[in-house]
Amino acid sequence: MIWYLRLYATLGRTSVMTNFQYRFANVLFLVGMVAEPVVYLVVWSTIARQEGGSIDGYTAGRFAAYYIVWTLVRSMNITFTPFGWEERIRDGELSAHLLRPVHPIHYDIGFFSGWKVVTIALWLPIAAVLTLVFDPSLHPSLVQVVTFSIAIWGAFLIRTLLLWLLGMITFWTTRVSAFFEIFFTAELLLSGRLVPLALMPDWVQDVSLFLPFESCFGFPITALVGPISNQELATGLLRQLVWIVVGSIGVAVAWPRAVRVYSAVNG
Amino acid sequence: MNTLRLIWLHLRVNVMNEFQYRANLVIQLIQSMLAAGTGLVALSLIFDRTPTLNGWTRPELLVVMGVYMFVGGVIGFAIQPAMNRIMSDVEHGTFDYVLTKPVDSQVLASVREFRLWELTDSMVGVGVIVWGLTEVGAQLGPGEWASFVLAMVAGTIALYCLWLIPTCGAFWFTRMRDIQDLYTGFYRAGQYPITVYPRWLRLTLTYLVPIGLAVTVPSQTVTGQMTATRLFAMSGFIVAALAVTRLVWRVGTRRYSGASA
Repeated sequence: MIWYLRLYATLGRTSVMTNFQYRFANVLFLVGMVAEPVVYLVVWSTIARQEGGSIDGYTAGRFAAYYIVWTLVRSMNITFTPFGWEERIRDGELSAHLLRPVHPIHYDIGFFSGWKVVTIALWLPIAAVLTLVFDPSLHPSLVQVVTFSIAIWGAFLIRTLLLWLLGMITFWTTRVSAFFEIFFTAELLLSGRLVPLALMPDWVQDVSLFLPFESCFGFPITALVGPISNQELATGLLRQLVWIVVGSIGVAVAWPRAVRVYSAVNG
Repeated sequence: MNTLRLIWLHLRVNVMNEFQYRANLVIQLIQSMLAAGTGLVALSLIFDRTPTLNGWTRPELLVVMGVYMFVGGVIGFAIQPAMNRIMSDVEHGTFDYVLTKPVDSQVLASVREFRLWELTDSMVGVGVIVWGLTEVGAQLGPGEWASFVLAMVAGTIALYCLWLIPTCGAFWFTRMRDIQDLYTGFYRAGQYPITVYPRWLRLTLTYLVPIGLAVTVPSQTVTGQMTATRLFAMSGFIVAALAVTRLVWRVGTRRYSGASA
């Protein structure tokens, strides 16, 4: 256990140092990313104003809060892309990983956690600008802030596990991008990334209860922005925990099988 | 004449190359349909709540979405691959091969890569445009069609220019790959008419990342929101953009120090 903590500390530290060298690149990346929620925000706050101030309890100010918090949650849940597996397999980078005594997912989690620290630091000024421009109304309670700070790391972990599972399809077929796009489209619509799920038709909200997407987007955002009861905060964290367990089991089961196919391809 | 032959040659080679991977066409088509589907869902969510978005009706926004997809396809087909290639060549020092050839380097660098299957977005886009126009119920004369096509061509040229200028930054800073993320990020804003956005963003999307010119303006010509003076002003901007791009390219390539330096 202590051994793993030391591994993570080292990986995280290295990653912070590496990524901090590319400050400018990271800022460009964040600014480019901000365009997406700004589009949603402008459209929905325009509608809220046109329709007498609010839609389903969402005022322009609450939309602003939702989509500004969105930017942090999004930069937290960016993780190793499933499209990256093709390169890993082709370049043989994976072979080196397989020789190491730990599961390669730890390297990804460690590297990306370190990057998150840099991202959060660079995100703060961007959030300040967005706050000045869009005037969000954000009044979280202490419980909400605490839940949010846990939930963003939960979101990161769940999405890392899910995208790992998805990326592993690459071991069996090279025509993976259609699978990935279907996944990302479903995620866009069912996670609260496009609009808060509360604005979706009821049946969509019901379906999304049984899917992991909301745990990675909508839940962390709503945890901070509200409206949300303490009980909903607790069930939200519990659902995240369930998905972490499910994802871990999935990766644990699928990985050895994927590796077997990998060596077969090269063997 | 030579320029046209150069473009044709590269286009042909690239197309033949892509035809080796025909299955990718199906995959790209699925992706284009998914993108269109997502756009339609977004529109239906919007118009469930409101009859107009800042004065734009649902059929008019369909036209905007169609143009957005069409131009997006053209970017993926011709502009983005060329820019990627320039940046990676400068980073690896292989840009020498462009400069040492006896043709105009800017033309050559801009036509070396095409990704044919990206045009599925454009195909689906045309479908959406036609659907939107039918719903608008507009009776378009040849004049309107001509200005629609012209506005789209002009807007795409503006996009090319203002994408190439930061790409030229690679001659000074070498690593400019992340400018790509910035551009693709901003391009998303084009799926809604830029008149929806606050003033600062509207200006950015017209003159810095000219999505407004490439998407909103053509849509306005067919939805009857365009004036001749504005089209004229736009042409002036594009001529200026071409000239500045040329200048930056000249200075930049002179600055490039090659693989061994």
